[in-house]
Amino acid sequence: MKQISRWFQRNLIRIYAVVAFTYLFIPVAYTFAFSFNDSGKSNLVWKGFTFANWQNPCGAPEVCSALGNSIKIGFLATLFSTILGTMIAFALGRHKFKGRSTTNLLIFLPMATPEIVLGASLLSLFLVFKINPGFWPTVIAHVLFCISFVVVTVKARIASLDPRLEQAAMDLYANERETFRRVTLPLVAPGIAAAALLAFSLSFDDFIITNFNSGTMTTFPKFIYTSAARGIPAQANVIGSAMFFLALAIVIIGQFVGRKRKVS
Amino acid sequence: MKKISTPYLLLIPGMGFLFTFFLLPLFNLAQTSTQTAVGGGDTGQYEQTFRFQNYVDAFVENKEQFGRSFLYATIATVLALAIAYPLAYAIAFKGGKLKNLMLVLVVAPFFTSFLLRTIAWKQILGEEGFVVPTLRNLHIISQSTTLTSSAFAVVAGMTYNFLPFMTLPLYASIDRIDPRTLEASGDLYANGFTTFRKVTLPLSMPGVVAGTLLTFIPAAGDYVNAAILGSPQTKMLGNVIESRYFKIVDYPTAAALSFTLMAAILVLVTIYVRKAGTEELV
Repeated sequence: MKQISRWFQRNLIRIYAVVAFTYLFIPVAYTFAFSFNDSGKSNLVWKGFTFANWQNPCGAPEVCSALGNSIKIGFLATLFSTILGTMIAFALGRHKFKGRSTTNLLIFLPMATPEIVLGASLLSLFLVFKINPGFWPTVIAHVLFCISFVVVTVKARIASLDPRLEQAAMDLYANERETFRRVTLPLVAPGIAAAALLAFSLSFDDFIITNFNSGTMTTFPKFIYTSAARGIPAQANVIGSAMFFLALAIVIIGQFVGRKRKVS
Repeated sequence: MKKISTPYLLLIPGMGFLFTFFLLPLFNLAQTSTQTAVGGGDTGQYEQTFRFQNYVDAFVENKEQFGRSFLYATIATVLALAIAYPLAYAIAFKGGKLKNLMLVLVVAPFFTSFLLRTIAWKQILGEEGFVVPTLRNLHIISQSTTLTSSAFAVVAGMTYNFLPFMTLPLYASIDRIDPRTLEASGDLYANGFTTFRKVTLPLSMPGVVAGTLLTFIPAAGDYVNAAILGSPQTKMLGNVIESRYFKIVDYPTAAALSFTLMAAILVLVTIYVRKAGTEELV
């Protein structure tokens, strides 16, 4: 008995971690399980097991066009925010200049502004200029909230670089451009990749800002929100689960590749 | 012609973007917030009259939702901190080889849309789920008690949804702590609790501050959890702003509320950061 309680005490924090992870994954498991539900229209009660939803993920009206929009917006928002954010991160991480603290403030403020304020203010700007909400306004809105996260992520990577590596390149007669291309950029690349992944997942999952600036266009989260009232088709669960496994695979492969490169 | 130096060339596109699509809209929102309806015009027609009374009206009319937003967000933040701290500690100090995998697992639920997960909670805790009937049969809750459509459900949903935002910065901070400092504390006869209070917690403060901000700010402006898991009695400020914009087309009130929310958050954040004593946020 004493041994059991001692084991328990020693492993308490590990047991806690298992419980916490279970808590995090309960709704994910639920979503996955109900993607196999032979549910008909509303996926509320378990009615029987079927593969039909996975064989026909576009079976519910609009679900795949919504997904397509989300992917397109996510791709464009990631591209633009990663480029703009990385440039700012290099300016902040590698250069001394006047207006540095103003720049830092302007990067921090969008993160400290609730999404609903960002969304509402951007919409009111579009309305003033008679721009109809839709695809491009949504892309702009997503770039807006992704930029700051890209800057912070890439800047952290730049700050963790050993400056001696760049000095060594210079000592070996590389000019500034060559040093950047062959030393600095490859070293910062994992940070840029992480920032891009973060930007894509933020964009793909965003609902509040999208709801304000997308007008009649549907995205995947918007589709779920609007169909919640009348019941979400099981196809949405299929897509949600597939995204989960896809992202997990990308992250794990990325880690594996990163480790291999470190070894060689 | 004078050459523009490199940092400014790097900054101009991004800063130009933020100026056009962040500062300009905020300025425009400020203008909208003091407008009044055009007499006899269509709904949605407003003109500038510099009516600052809009702010007072909007606040008085919605002070309950205001209070709720800050109350719910505070409780959710405290709960998330309590849940995430031991988890981050476990990953940082007991993760071993599994550290990276565990970090991935913290973020992984993100990839299933947060709306799907919130609706999953609604169904798990709803009348058709298995939790409520079980608790009723065991007489833990009364026959008429429901778990969804309540303040409890809204706060629980927010706590759950923002948990990764809390865990990651906490982990980053705790992981930087040299385990030898904890050993040294033990060598100096501090017990586990004293070591935590005097060594671990102070050293992890930057993570605590970053995590609470990343949780509190989105939670205070959130309306999705309240819309899915709540009832009309749990409406938050976000719900009001949303319906003013889309259902009532009352832009000035929505703008005034948005500004008040943002100002309140910025004031609270500034006080909090000063008190917590960490200024290196970005």
